[in-house]
Amino acid sequence: MADLEMWLILSAVLFSVGLYGVIVRLNAIAILLSIELMVNAVNINLAAFGWARGDYTGQMIALFAIALTVAEVAVGLAILIQLSRTHKSIELDVATELM
Amino acid sequence: MIAFYVIAAVMLVAAVKVVRSKDLVRGVLWLAVVLGATAVAFIQLKADILAVIQIMLYTGGIITLMLFSVLLTWNRDEGKPTAGHHRQVTGLLLSSAIAGIFIAAIKRTDMPETTPLTVSDPQAVGALFLQQHVLAFEALSVLLLAAMIGAIVLARRRDA
Repeated sequence: MADLEMWLILSAVLFSVGLYGVIVRLNAIAILLSIELMVNAVNINLAAFGWARGDYTGQMIALFAIALTVAEVAVGLAILIQLSRTHKSIELDVATELM
Repeated sequence: MIAFYVIAAVMLVAAVKVVRSKDLVRGVLWLAVVLGATAVAFIQLKADILAVIQIMLYTGGIITLMLFSVLLTWNRDEGKPTAGHHRQVTGLLLSSAIAGIFIAAIKRTDMPETTPLTVSDPQAVGALFLQQHVLAFEALSVLLLAAMIGAIVLARRRDA
């Protein structure tokens, strides 16, 4: 059985891959996918700490995080669909009204 | 131990595929691979309830939602999947710096000696949810309702 440190390192690397995606991609859905990767890394972290500490609070917080992510994705995708209607594109470079 | 390395390898390869894929539909499907591998990781971490919810909500719900959104916002003219060379280098440097900081911090920390979970107990998680943290649980349900209404309002056509 792998120890806590290895799970944390896996989660850190996964988080960084997601961060790379957020910086590099232009398409809004691709950025949302990368954010999902980062959230996923956080959930692994929570579950790993809960497992190592021997109680179930980590799992409970991870459940909260999953529910929050679902809400975030639903609202985010609704915004993207509206963006594609008004700008005919979901490349984030086209939405500059607030700049 | 072998299970950990298999999970880690599948997860990282699929994650890189997600951020590098030019075709968004493939990107979403690779994300499904990452999320499935995460469910296996949760079972390894004695969090069966998380694994079940992961598969139900993420691979069942979010992946479907993402696929629909990709197809609804499809634009054939967009061939440029990633930013310019400059931003690629910046992103690579920044994310590897963050990874380095995290790993250094993890390596330097002395983890306290605790006894890991040996059995998975969904009932204990449910009890934590509905007894100690019931207020947060109710707040979460209000948030989900607000998000649902917000998504409907945002996605509605303005002229309809």
